[in-house]
Order: sequence, then C-alpha cells, then structure tokens
Amino acid sequence: MILPEDLRYSKEHEWVKADGKQATIGITDYAQDRLGEIVFVELPGEGEEFGKEETFGVVESVKSVNDIYAPVSCRVLEINDPVVETPELLNEDPYTEGWLIKVELSDPTELKDLMTAKQYEAFLKEEGE
Amino acid sequence: MKQTPLYETHKKLGARMVDFAGWEMPVLYTGVIAEHLAVRNQAGLFDVSHMGELEIIGPGALALVQKVTCNDASRLTPGACQYSALLTPEGTFVDDIIVYRKGADHFLICVNASNGDKDFEWVKGHASTHARVENNSDYYALMALQGPKAKEILNAVGAPLLAGPLPEKPFTFVETTFEKRPLLISRTGYTGEDGVEIYTSPADAPAIWNLLMEAGKPLGLLPCGLGARDTLRLEACYPLYGHEIDDHTNPFEAGLNWIVKLSKEDFIGKEALSKIRSERKLVGLQTEGGIARQGYQLFAQQQAVGFVTSGTHSPLLDRPIALGYVKNDFSEVGTKIQVDIRGKKREAIVVSLPFYKKKNI
Repeated sequence: MILPEDLRYSKEHEWVKADGKQATIGITDYAQDRLGEIVFVELPGEGEEFGKEETFGVVESVKSVNDIYAPVSCRVLEINDPVVETPELLNEDPYTEGWLIKVELSDPTELKDLMTAKQYEAFLKEEGE
Repeated sequence: MKQTPLYETHKKLGARMVDFAGWEMPVLYTGVIAEHLAVRNQAGLFDVSHMGELEIIGPGALALVQKVTCNDASRLTPGACQYSALLTPEGTFVDDIIVYRKGADHFLICVNASNGDKDFEWVKGHASTHARVENNSDYYALMALQGPKAKEILNAVGAPLLAGPLPEKPFTFVETTFEKRPLLISRTGYTGEDGVEIYTSPADAPAIWNLLMEAGKPLGLLPCGLGARDTLRLEACYPLYGHEIDDHTNPFEAGLNWIVKLSKEDFIGKEALSKIRSERKLVGLQTEGGIARQGYQLFAQQQAVGFVTSGTHSPLLDRPIALGYVKNDFSEVGTKIQVDIRGKKREAIVVSLPFYKKKNI
C-alpha cells in the first residue's frame, strides 16, 4: 500500500496535496485497489464549488459505482482530462498521473482535520485492511 | 454462507469472495477484465458448484420433463443436452435450465444457484408416480473450462480425466470416471467461447481443478470469478435469471422463441404462450456516461419506454453495454434512447445482438 508522506488523507480515501491556497485532490492506492479496474470517471466542471464532504464526482468499476467526496471546501480550477479519457490511469498511478482535480481552497484550516500518512495507515488497519 | 468444495482453493489463490445466492463465491482473482480477456484469448477456469442439479429417473421421466419444460426433450438421445426453461402456467419463467439426457429414463437438470430449492419443489410437485425427482446438488461439484484453448488443455491432462474422447459437438456430453467416481463432461458454457463444463463428485473437485490449472497455466489459463462470468455472458447476450428473465417475463419478449416448441404436446405454459402478444422486447444497448445498471429507466421522445436489465463494461469493445426491455415501437436497431444514469439522461442507441460472437475457425 503506497502512502506518500507529503499528502493528507480523508476517511473516504481521498488525498490532498496542498500548495499554499491551492491543492490537488485524488483517490488513494487503497481506494483504486478496492474498486478494481476503473472504467468510468465523472468529474465536475471548472469553477464549480463544493463544501467539505460534498460529492464532487463518481468513480465506476465493473462491479460498483462510488461517489468521491471533497475532503476540503474548494472551487475547481482544473480537471484531469486524461483520467476521464483513460480511467485505467487511476489504477496505475493514483497519486501523480491519476490526480482528479486542482482546486482553490476555501478554508485552508480544514487541512488539519485530515489524516497524515501514518494516521491513514492506522485508520486502514483499524478498518481491517 | 455455504461454501463449495473449492473454497480452500479460492482462498489459497487470494480470491476476493462475495455472497452470491447464499454461497461464498470468488468474484475475482486477478481482475475482472484480465480474467475476461483470458477466456476470450486463451482459457479460464470457473467454479460454479453453487449451481443445482436435479435428477429425474423412471419410466415417466421423459413425460415429466416434457410437461415442465418448454423445449422438446424427446429430441435428445443419451449424451445430448439442451437449453430449456421451466415455465409457469402464465408462460413466464420459473428458471432457465440445461436438460441432459443420461438415459432413456434418466435426466439431469442443471438449475440456477438462486433457484435450486424452488425448482426442485416445482418439478416434484408436478411428478406422477412413474418418475422419481431428486435434488442431488450436494453430490455434484461443477467447474467450467472456457476459451479457445480449453480443448488443448483437456487433451494435455489426458487420461486421468478423459477415459475416451471429448464431447465434440456443442450440447453433447460424455460420462466417464475419475478415480472410479463418476465424471460428466459437457460441451456447454455460459461465456460465448468453446469449452466444457465438468460435473464431478465434490471430493474430486480440488484435484481436478489442480490438474486443469497445471496443464493450462503454460497455455495462459487463469482462474476466473463471477465478475468475469457476468461480463462474458453479457457480451454473448445470455440471459441471467432475475435480470432478463423472471416470473414476469415470457420467452418471446426475451428473444428465446427458439426454446419454445409449441408443436410439443401439452406443457405448462403452452396455452398462455399460444395466445401471448408481447408489448416489449429485450434489446441490446450501447450506452455512455458510465455503466447503465439494472433498473435504470429508459426514455425516448420524452416518454418512459423501458428499463435496463443488466449492464457492464465490455472489455472486448472497451465501452459500456447493456440489455433492457423497451416498448416494441422503440426496439428497432438504431433507435436513439436515453438512459437515466443516477439522475442524468445519457445517450444510448439500440444495437443488434449479440455484442460478441466467437468466430468459427
């Protein structure tokens, strides 16, 4: 299970890479593994705004459909078109090539509510993984 | 949950297990798409021991089979089998089945895992004194070896499994033994590929699985789960009970006219089917914007025209496909349909079936 140290993690298995007032958001290696082969990704439009824990998109595998939740309140600046065209990217590289959206943070203090890599790892163990 | 005789085998292979019809079954080992493509290109091995086996024995066996099924079992000589169905008096499905003729007075019926007890009670309830109906599901394990390399793999295993020749024609079978216990190999399957289904005694299942995997691995054989089983059958357009067929559907609207032999002497459902006029039809759909799943509503010209019965991602076509019922007026190939996928109307088009047909080399 890959867990980059410089990211923050949500209970819904999203990651956030913060850079000042901006951030990149994606799903974790654990999430893509559980989903299996991803065949469809639905992402929001640029300029859309989401509150913390609001659904901003959908990731679909052969067997299941899953909502993706905004780990922090944000406004979408850019979406990762290649992932929409080639959903397998999410399986292959969930932390770099497989990023989902780039956003402007509405409230950067929310970042501290997210888990560190170590906390997320412990969280996964607790969940029985 | 119930476990098949191959449960430990699946755990050792690291299969992801799920509950299917009360059985703990492997849904995948390496991945649905990888397993699906293995079956299309080389071969795959499935554990389908959760399915049920009924046997009908006695001088009245043929008469009983003819009464409860819609296809004509009198055409079967020993060693032949046919796809058929148990119908209600209204002409709707109790179950879809394969009927095997083991002898003049001996039939084996393979039934869906979800319908085992129901089918047994149904057939038994219609039996006369001249036919004994047995639910022998506990005495059979069942594996399916499917794919263009299936025959080569069986021949590579050779003598321990094949005392004599393989069943050559589709829908024929041979009865043989494995270490003195009965073994039945039929040239049937649910994937749209060449292959066999192997009925064994439960105790022999793990050994036979291992023999097949040993011989098959060098040829690209992969263990395959229920996930791939579903994507394969959907590409080939085989119905699944509870989706395309159930006790509200008749064989005509499901595109299964070919298993209904109205020329047969009376059978349950015959009268209803002789008079039925279906208002809807099962069609194939090419969809987009995610997978159109069972129950999703279909629209055309702003009116509701039907619903999806099954949908998935087709690994071969690399796009979503679905089956669904639509009103007759909207069933022509090329008709534009909208699918409501989680609140958004997405474009779809009626396409001809099947989505996939294997080439006869």
